[in-house]
Amino acid sequence: MSAEDDIGELRREFGRSKVVKTLSFRGEQTIEVTLESLREILKYCLRKQGYAFLLDISSVDNLGEAPRFEIVYELAAVDDSKHLRVKAPVEEGGGIPTVSDLWATANWHEREVFDMMGLTFKGHPDLRRILMWEGYPYFPLRKDFPLAGKPSEMPDVAFSWVAPLEGGPFVTRPGTDRVSGEPRGKGES
Amino acid sequence: MVFTRLDAAINWMRKNSLWPMPMGLACCAIEMMATACARFDMARFGAEVMRFSPRQADVMIVAGTVTYKMALAVKRIWEQMPEPKWCIAMGACASSGGMYRSYAVLQGIDLLLPVDVYVSGCPPRPEALLDGLMKLQKKIEGERPIEEQLADFRGGSDR
Repeated sequence: MSAEDDIGELRREFGRSKVVKTLSFRGEQTIEVTLESLREILKYCLRKQGYAFLLDISSVDNLGEAPRFEIVYELAAVDDSKHLRVKAPVEEGGGIPTVSDLWATANWHEREVFDMMGLTFKGHPDLRRILMWEGYPYFPLRKDFPLAGKPSEMPDVAFSWVAPLEGGPFVTRPGTDRVSGEPRGKGES
Repeated sequence: MVFTRLDAAINWMRKNSLWPMPMGLACCAIEMMATACARFDMARFGAEVMRFSPRQADVMIVAGTVTYKMALAVKRIWEQMPEPKWCIAMGACASSGGMYRSYAVLQGIDLLLPVDVYVSGCPPRPEALLDGLMKLQKKIEGERPIEEQLADFRGGSDR
């Protein structure tokens, strides 16, 4: 069965109240579901459809929209024959059901989402920060967090300062020639 | 018989047996390893003894991106090294934060500890690190250890 067939099966199995929308774009299959039915549907994908491999969990911050966040699961079959993307909208704070008991790898992925985006997972066995240190007060991948960072202080653990960004953003400009398009062409570092 | 000033003799000994503390944090560490290996052979300058204990090291080679999470660990290891000690900031990241103008990266290790030699490059070639090491040797040659020690003893300057 291909991922397209799987999506059809999920629609039939769970109905319109749980499956919000499906999308097929350039051969990528995406299914958007409600947060309440997320765990149930992911479990079905794993047990019945053979998505034994959780490639990644990521999250999107749609600042200014409601609900603000979106959580994205990338599933694959172990023989790499099919990929499926499962999305669900999430409110501020999270409360997403954990899938770390279904795929062991979800443990660290969920910790990363918590660390970078500040979304919590219900039932996670060990929800600590994974990249930043314990006690860091911000969630750096949120849209309202500045690229330069914010100052913070945890005595004897770590600190952070604001990075200088005058002349930024430090990205190559498209459509110009190589030399003037270079970041250093703007007079800063 | 060779006669020389005691300062000069001490400096000569120090500069030719600089034992590095390899603070390898990123890709620069690969180049640092290459520098120590047979082709470039840092042993020619008496610096082949990579000491993984800071207590036995003379020069800390900060090779790589110093994240805020690592910054205090680097500083602690620096403080554990006995005087006299020197520091080489190897590569763009250790010198200035490099391309990581971001919330997670310390913008140059010189914000935390005194750096003697900056080596440019991303990462620098082994020749560049050797050049940095030779520059450091030149610097040590000109130091006046006995007078400094006397001043320290009398509670005078701190370096």
